[in-house]
Amino acid sequence: MIGAQTPLKVSLVATAASIVLLVVVFELIRSRRLRERYALLWLLTGLVLVVLSAWRGGLNTIAGWFGVRGYPPAVLFAVGLLFVILVLLHYSTVISRLSDQNVVLAQRLALLEEVLTRGRADGRAVPLDRAGEPVAKRDARLEAEQLPRT
Amino acid sequence: MSESPRRIAIVPAYNEAKNIGALLDELREFDPEFDVVVVSDGSYDRTAEVARSHGAYVVTLPFNLGIGGAVQTGFKFAHDNGYELAVRCDGDGQHDPAELPKVIAPVLAGDADIAVGSRFVSAEGYRSSAARRVGIRLLAVVVSAIARQRLTDTTSGFQALNRRALELFAADYPHDYPEVEGMVMTIKHRLRLVEVPVLMREREHGQSSITALRSIYYMAKVLVALFVGLFRRSVVPAEDL
Repeated sequence: MIGAQTPLKVSLVATAASIVLLVVVFELIRSRRLRERYALLWLLTGLVLVVLSAWRGGLNTIAGWFGVRGYPPAVLFAVGLLFVILVLLHYSTVISRLSDQNVVLAQRLALLEEVLTRGRADGRAVPLDRAGEPVAKRDARLEAEQLPRT
Repeated sequence: MSESPRRIAIVPAYNEAKNIGALLDELREFDPEFDVVVVSDGSYDRTAEVARSHGAYVVTLPFNLGIGGAVQTGFKFAHDNGYELAVRCDGDGQHDPAELPKVIAPVLAGDADIAVGSRFVSAEGYRSSAARRVGIRLLAVVVSAIARQRLTDTTSGFQALNRRALELFAADYPHDYPEVEGMVMTIKHRLRLVEVPVLMREREHGQSSITALRSIYYMAKVLVALFVGLFRRSVVPAEDL
């Protein structure tokens, strides 16, 4: 039995669209607006879609495997949707990691700031010298010891 | 541990300029040996200034992290500065410093790593809505089952911790609504946890951060977190504590 065929027009348009996606992703990486580690999934998406769109026989066969009898390009939608879900999940993990790191940074910043402002009623930072001693305190001490300032 | 371990009260506060001064004075009056660190969690009122003028260390978070992030900042402060006993006492005045001796007693005596002040061990002094009670009751049943230990008040932030517990929570503490998950973490790390009955006060100014709709969201989130937590490996291996 010969299954349904992918119309040539659909194949051409889908191929063109997938190539546009690949070119856009490539351009984003080239201009450093997209990091490689976040682009890999997009590149994979583009490649898979290009292959499935251009290779009509393949798409028809794969559609047959999955029991898609009426309209093989439906497989294109399914694959596209699958990759979009993967990309979104990936982003959720990235956002979670970033917000965890953000919390740690905020805490560390606040704790360091406390060290620098400790004992100051106005909450302003105390400048420290290279040995970690407050500059004003060091100057007062040197004054008291009648030593020349360093 | 020496006779009188270095002790600190951790006070998380979000826009509590009106309440915080009185609380700090009460804390000092109750026990001058307590150092106090106020963690201002992205407050935009004068919380930090008031706290400083009442003699507390003040750690100012650059933006609001939520109660878990704020309390953990306090634990990190206590841990980094070598304190051996820490109590958490919320900045809204709900936790009465007069009840502190009850909360720290089991930890001071070495009978527990964490002691939690419970409103429900004995049924007096605290009123809340029916819906909230059901929720709190449900959480208590779930957590008690996980802990294999009877626990009544899993949402209480009135807690005393020793050094071992501080080490754990400075390294890893749940965010958002941390008390329930914190209890389970405690048990999983084989720290000893006890509940002691305390009286809690009504808030003096302002509103509690938990509203009706949010309590439902809260319940759902906590139950998911508890369930997933059962399948999670410890960040700090129990043997290391």
